[in-house]
Amino acid sequence: MTLLYFAWLRQVIGSGEEQITLPPGIGDVRGLITHLKGLDAKYAQAFADEGRIRTAVNQHHAALDAPVSDGDEIAFFPPVTGG
Amino acid sequence: MQRIVIQQAPFDLNAEVAALAAGGAAGAVVNFTGHVRAEDGLASLTLEHYPGMTEAEIARMAAEAAARWPLTGITVIHRVGTLKPGDAIVLVAAAAAHRTPAFAACEFLMDYLKTHAPFWKQETRNGETRWAEARASDDAAASRWRKP
Repeated sequence: MTLLYFAWLRQVIGSGEEQITLPPGIGDVRGLITHLKGLDAKYAQAFADEGRIRTAVNQHHAALDAPVSDGDEIAFFPPVTGG
Repeated sequence: MQRIVIQQAPFDLNAEVAALAAGGAAGAVVNFTGHVRAEDGLASLTLEHYPGMTEAEIARMAAEAAARWPLTGITVIHRVGTLKPGDAIVLVAAAAAHRTPAFAACEFLMDYLKTHAPFWKQETRNGETRWAEARASDDAAASRWRKP
């Protein structure tokens, strides 16, 4: 699957895009975040406050309980500030 | 008819309004332009977005507006990159046979764009940059369009 990071999340993680294989047993956005937080300190820092994170699954806004599967494009970003 | 463009370059408001009015179906074209505010010594804004989702999300908003009001055209142009105080950031325009749906659709599109389109602003003041925070007032503005 493709993971994308925007704005300060990209800066904290140090990359805007990465490919990962979805580990078995993870079925939703919340599970994916928990997995990422366990990878290393920068992910733990980026996702420390889940209230500050928004998610899109395949370019649609998605909630923490939205299902994810390998092959999806998952984006993490702060609340949007355009306009 | 939707025209959705993400670009660095400035846009030509008169040309965009003329395009929506062309043909004569639209008796009303309402447009909003947003500009960089020189707030608290702001020197510049730099906007980034999520290419692909940005266009898709705005297209979904435009489709929702077209379902709610009898529109003859919608144009949304949002700039990205670095902008200075006074520069135009965004144009939203809605065209309809009469003014009431055009006003409503323009406001709806702008409220949804502020809260749903994946753009992020970085503000530079005195050589220091920080990410702009989302405003609760924008969420409140968008929530009034929710259907019961």
